[in-house]
Amino acid sequence: MLKCQDLICEVGRVCAFPVSYIRRPQIELNTTPTATTGKMTSLSAKDKNTVKAFWAKVAGKEEQIGCDAVSRMLTVYPQTKTYFSHWKDLSPGSAPVKKHGATVMAAVTDAVSKIDDLTGALLSLSELHAFTLRVDPANFKVLSHNLLVVLSTMFPQDFTPEVHVAMDKFLAAVALALSEKYR
Amino acid sequence: MVVWTDFERTTIKDIFSKIDYAVVGQAAFSRCLIVYPWTQRYFGGFGNLYNAAAITSNARVAAHGKVIMEALEKAVKDMDNIKATYAELSALHSEKLQVDPDNFMLLGHCLTIVVASQLRKAFTAEVHAAFQKFLAVVVSSLRKQYY
Repeated sequence: MLKCQDLICEVGRVCAFPVSYIRRPQIELNTTPTATTGKMTSLSAKDKNTVKAFWAKVAGKEEQIGCDAVSRMLTVYPQTKTYFSHWKDLSPGSAPVKKHGATVMAAVTDAVSKIDDLTGALLSLSELHAFTLRVDPANFKVLSHNLLVVLSTMFPQDFTPEVHVAMDKFLAAVALALSEKYR
Repeated sequence: MVVWTDFERTTIKDIFSKIDYAVVGQAAFSRCLIVYPWTQRYFGGFGNLYNAAAITSNARVAAHGKVIMEALEKAVKDMDNIKATYAELSALHSEKLQVDPDNFMLLGHCLTIVVASQLRKAFTAEVHAAFQKFLAVVVSSLRKQYY
């Protein structure tokens, strides 16, 4: 059992929770107390600025990133190939993979520019994924992870832990907006 | 029974021979605590974990990162017996440390990202797939003793 050594903790006695878990300075929290959803995916002003600043650095390389991310997803998580059985060639860097990578990245770039209203920005894409493509939303996390890996290989210095968490939150928010129309 | 191709065996051993355990361990573990802050619940005795800067400069975090990498090396050295290798660690994580096993892959993701930043172009989709498979086997073995 740990004793709370945090002088501003209201509890201040022996308790089962780790010290850092009990109390955090309000400014360190990533979600504001007035966030309407209060979920993990609400983006603070700091998150949005971090995402926009990092995305500016990525400019010009979108197609390469998208192609690599989709290639990786199909190779590392082969179950995702089931959604692309209509393609002639699913190998990394093939023509349909490249084209789709560009499509996905264009949508992500658009989402960055509309970061204050992701639900609105992704409405028609959500309908597409929900009613036509019927992609299991669990796969959104998979593509997001692969995108982060690509960003890590291409921008190792810029993709700091702080940028990583902001991007991860942003992509989770995008995935949530994409899931809106499912049910 | 896990079946490893020659490519996968060579790739995994190659990755682990190239990386610095202290550097990668510290980077991956601190990234996990920063990107997935709820994982901090298991490290209450580690001192100041209040923000990214504190976590990054925390000596206990760095030391523990190296411990994790050395434990992973055990699996690399005997890839056909990972389940047996981790039987004790699995019991430790479930009974004593009481870690939610869903957290294992979170650390796995961070490790992938750090290894990717080190190997860069060499971390091709095929190499990434082999690494992911290795991590999946490790995670599955660590989950074995939970019930």
